[in-house]
Amino acid sequence: MKHDDKDIKIKGASDMPEMPASLGSMAHNKTASWRNLKPVIDESKCIKCFICWKFCPDAAIDFIDENTPPKINYDYCKGCGICAHECPVKCIEMVEEER
Amino acid sequence: MKKVILGDHAVSYGALLSRVQTIAAYPITPQTLIVERLSEMTANGELKAIFTKVESEHSAMASTIGSSASGARAFTATSAQGLALMHEMLHWAAGARLPIVMANVNRAMAPGWTIWTDQNDSLSARDVGWMQIYCQDNQEVLDSIILGYKVSEQVNLPTMVILDAFVLSHTAEGVDVPDIEDVDKFLPPYKPEIKMDINDPRSFGALTSPDVYMEFRYKMQQAMDKAKEVIVEEGKKFGDMFGRKYGLVEEYKTEDADTILIASATVASTAKAVIDEMREAGLKVGLLRIRVFRPFPTEEVIRVLNGRKKVVVIDRNISFGKTGIFFDEVKGAFYNSEGNKPPMFGYIAGLGGRDVTPKVIKEIMEDAIKKDKPESEILWKGVKL
Ligand code: SF4
Ligand code: SF4
Repeated sequence: MKHDDKDIKIKGASDMPEMPASLGSMAHNKTASWRNLKPVIDESKCIKCFICWKFCPDAAIDFIDENTPPKINYDYCKGCGICAHECPVKCIEMVEEER
Repeated sequence: MKKVILGDHAVSYGALLSRVQTIAAYPITPQTLIVERLSEMTANGELKAIFTKVESEHSAMASTIGSSASGARAFTATSAQGLALMHEMLHWAAGARLPIVMANVNRAMAPGWTIWTDQNDSLSARDVGWMQIYCQDNQEVLDSIILGYKVSEQVNLPTMVILDAFVLSHTAEGVDVPDIEDVDKFLPPYKPEIKMDINDPRSFGALTSPDVYMEFRYKMQQAMDKAKEVIVEEGKKFGDMFGRKYGLVEEYKTEDADTILIASATVASTAKAVIDEMREAGLKVGLLRIRVFRPFPTEEVIRVLNGRKKVVVIDRNISFGKTGIFFDEVKGAFYNSEGNKPPMFGYIAGLGGRDVTPKVIKEIMEDAIKKDKPESEILWKGVKL
């Protein structure tokens, strides 16, 4: 069994652990496909409090540095809207996802 | 040391001698004495374990799963409705491949509300991936807890050690309680390959896609197959050390028998007296006791039954809409086998704790012996119509 952040390669049962544990990183599993609403940060209004980063239940908001607005990782953000709800200056808008 | 102890306390001693490290339990009659004694043992320092009182059986198993996953030798015990309430967690324990040992006191399911014995509680958990051991006496109960850990920790599947309500749980019998130093030589401390460890973080039981889920199931079945060998090997080693040998099945006077009775648990131990009595009267009868129900001893059943004139199965359980469960499994084991298939008589007796006395067993045997074929798939013994 080989894995990196992108993919897990498993040949078959003989190549697997007994326990369904640590099959590798979930990073390859792009869970954002079921998102309907997408959070968009208006960086000009962001006060860099990082409350959104703390609250995101999917750890889908990346912290860059203290002087940069956080960045939403759209590969994993599920669109729950918690960040938008918690943002004290309401600079995160939930916009309709277009596919 | 020989002690006169209840079946429930034989479980407690088995856990003590196995040096279990965690016990999480919720009391339910007739299991209560097991955990009551274990709580005393942990309180007075005799057993170095963490005893957790939980608010339900679901939590009991959830907590046991957590401690087993973190590398502890984990124990719990339950019965009937309690086992049913932990059903979801039973799947979790087996799927996560955790070597938990649990005692289940066979108590019939409600309603009608009951505390007396039959096997429908544990047999409803047939397909969850736990090994199931049906014990015939208190000695076997104690020994099976120790053996349970020894086998489970090699195949990474949990073991349910099963004893009949009251007939064993609340009945005192002479039991040889081995010295813990000797048990240490047989059962070394548990060293899991993978465990929850803050210094080596891992995810457990995370999303498993259709590409690999089936392979995990295949591996569970492989582990069950391997368990058959390990149970026999360890049962033999246990016999060499402690003088009591255990296998998947026990044969009693089967060698030249025309008619074989199949039974489990205390019905089987009672049946031995009936076999003796019928033998004295010149009848060629023998007993095949199924000790391990999962993994099912298919090869042993075929080997012992092949070519006999008749097979009689007593089930203290029923799969509603089908037949007795052991009867069904024994028949199923035969379908693809070579050789003679003897007619099989499937009796249901003793549900909800109605006594299965030597007289009842003898009447069943005599009924089967005088008939060529069973007149129906279920032969009810003693139902008042
Ligand atoms: S909560 Fe709002 S203001 Fe605070 S960092 Fe996030 S987007 Fe910026
Ligand atoms: S919408 Fe939900 S998942 Fe997406 S970034 Fe905001 S808090 Fe995280």
